[in-house]
Amino acid sequence: MQPTSKSFKRNAAGALSDEQLQRALLNVPRGFVKKRADAAAALPEFEQLRDQGREIKNHTLEHLDLYLEAFEEKVVEAGGYVHWATTAQEACDLVVRLCLDREAQTVTKGKSMISEEIGLNAGLEKMNIEPVETDLGEYIIQLRGETPSHLIAPAVHVTKEQIEADFRRFHTELPEERNLHEPASLVHEARQILRQKYIDADVGITGANFLIAETGTSVIVTNEGNGDLTQILPKTHIVLASIEKVVPTLEDASTLVRLLARSATGQDISNYTTFSTGPKRRGDPDGPQEYHVVLLDNGRSSMLGTEFQEMLRCIRCGACLNHCPVYQAVGGHAYGWVYSGPMGSVLTPNLIGVNEAGHLPNASTFCGRCEEVCPMRIPLPKMMRHWREREFEKHLTPFAVRRGLGVWAWFALRPKFYQRLTSWAARLLKWRAGRAGRMESLPLASGWVKYRDFPAPQGKTFQQMWKERDNV
Amino acid sequence: MSDNATRREQILGRIRTSLNVDADAMDRLETVADRLEDHTRNTVPERAVGTVAQNVKQFCERMEAVNGTVEQVKTPSEIPGAIANYLRLHNLPQKIRRGSDPALEKLPWGKARTLEVGVGIARKTDEVSVSRAFAAVAESGTLVMTSGSDNPTSLNFLPENHIVVVESGRIAGSYEDAWDVVRAVYGDGEMPRTVNLISGPSRTGDIEQKIELGAHGPRRLHVIVLNRPNSAK
Repeated sequence: MQPTSKSFKRNAAGALSDEQLQRALLNVPRGFVKKRADAAAALPEFEQLRDQGREIKNHTLEHLDLYLEAFEEKVVEAGGYVHWATTAQEACDLVVRLCLDREAQTVTKGKSMISEEIGLNAGLEKMNIEPVETDLGEYIIQLRGETPSHLIAPAVHVTKEQIEADFRRFHTELPEERNLHEPASLVHEARQILRQKYIDADVGITGANFLIAETGTSVIVTNEGNGDLTQILPKTHIVLASIEKVVPTLEDASTLVRLLARSATGQDISNYTTFSTGPKRRGDPDGPQEYHVVLLDNGRSSMLGTEFQEMLRCIRCGACLNHCPVYQAVGGHAYGWVYSGPMGSVLTPNLIGVNEAGHLPNASTFCGRCEEVCPMRIPLPKMMRHWREREFEKHLTPFAVRRGLGVWAWFALRPKFYQRLTSWAARLLKWRAGRAGRMESLPLASGWVKYRDFPAPQGKTFQQMWKERDNV
Repeated sequence: MSDNATRREQILGRIRTSLNVDADAMDRLETVADRLEDHTRNTVPERAVGTVAQNVKQFCERMEAVNGTVEQVKTPSEIPGAIANYLRLHNLPQKIRRGSDPALEKLPWGKARTLEVGVGIARKTDEVSVSRAFAAVAESGTLVMTSGSDNPTSLNFLPENHIVVVESGRIAGSYEDAWDVVRAVYGDGEMPRTVNLISGPSRTGDIEQKIELGAHGPRRLHVIVLNRPNSAK
């Protein structure tokens, strides 16, 4: 997928003036935020589990090489294959090759962000293999030719009316006069259409929420059951996972399962949490004959040992997106690549470079809600700050900003002068604002006052008021 | 494209370089081997610790909270009749598909004369499947299903209606308790091909976050708890 993160500002402006999108985005704070809060409150041990979740992942990352080796050994023991891919392109080529070798014509797919990251659908289509997304949200956006705008609700940016129009446009074999006004009828129609696809598919591809080193198991969670039909009906099951998905034991996976659904949708556990180990066994009447796991690095190994290592704890629950005022305002597509919201703002520059994605860590108010709700306690704001520093060091920040900061630094290093100047400025601004107490125009800050008024200072600086307080 | 072994070495090498560690550092190898072998529990929520009776009660309540339905029977011989009644109640055909689980084989199917019982994997036309759960978990109202000819995995997902039988003694408090049972049956570090944790019927919130049941998997999930009078002590 060609990133458009560079034009984040233009993307965001477009998103803000898109009425359909704005209506759809209202559902984000309405639904997810309250559900998560209720679920967290209902489990007294939730905060303790978050601490342990962080420890599980920290421990695993410190021993990542060994846990990957242990995982691989168990997969092979169970009769499966492990494929290693250093880059997105390698992973895509690998999967396409696996499908071609099996003469696959149709491939069903469970929801996978790694699939987006490696651009798998385009890769398959190029070789005339039809990828069919089976998660309802993914199916909808596949019809629309879009990419997911949310980690767990890929079609959160689409309204019911748009979906109805899409279904009428694509499902032309169905009677035109059918009623599709209710979500239930839309769900039912997708169910009927996809049912045959599951049965016809030659290969089923899923992602993985966790890999378990102890048993060589891949784990997926879904609410629809689409991931399961995807992986049990075709002859070949391919799992796409990035290397940081591994955890040591079933116990560790259980702790993370308790955190994942509560943080994502406010459920105690997703409807279907499925543990898959190898291909079907002797005597098994169903299940795939082949089981492959593709382990993708794509820049992650270089994050270890850096200030971004903690980002690899992320379990893709989407809580940071749901609680982010920037995400709530512009949605996921504005971020211009696969991952959006605060986690995307940190991860994307790691994966495609700060030159491409430098805008993203700047698209934050640093309100800190993302870190507050992150089940893995990832210090997202701190990491966005790291990116801003790197961007500055690399001289990628615009000239005006650099110059402004330089001027400010010159004054800040001369405290007496700085205080005198600010007290003078505070009085001047107060006088200029007059009775209104705010300004509609301000030299050097035209960008700021373009959308809102500038509130005038009260006439004294903080330091002056602090001194007066001491004197009382 | 380089071969798999080369790429593997590249990735593992990069990880070791970034972490600044050696491949054969004994202390790291021991730490990892111990952790995998000990599989120590993390915090298990208090609500997941209870007697069999408490587990059964909590399991039923939580299963119902996620749109499953539950009924309790006292003897295995009641089960075929209970299934026939359920089908009647929902206007479903008196026709089920089940696996070859010995506990299901043994049931007096003849007692429900109207019921047509097919055995094997799910077919596209099957409307109702019957399975026996390997175990269950009270803390979230979750069924633990294991694959095999006893209870083929396709029965859990393909038909629109899924009926599951579970013995009350198999209802554990926590996921960890259930894993201990899996280990006792399959061996340490071993798993059946598929373990499905199922908590309620299939659902989606993908259309404007409104929850709809029966997205791809079963629209209805009905659990029959076999709770023998003297077993819940």
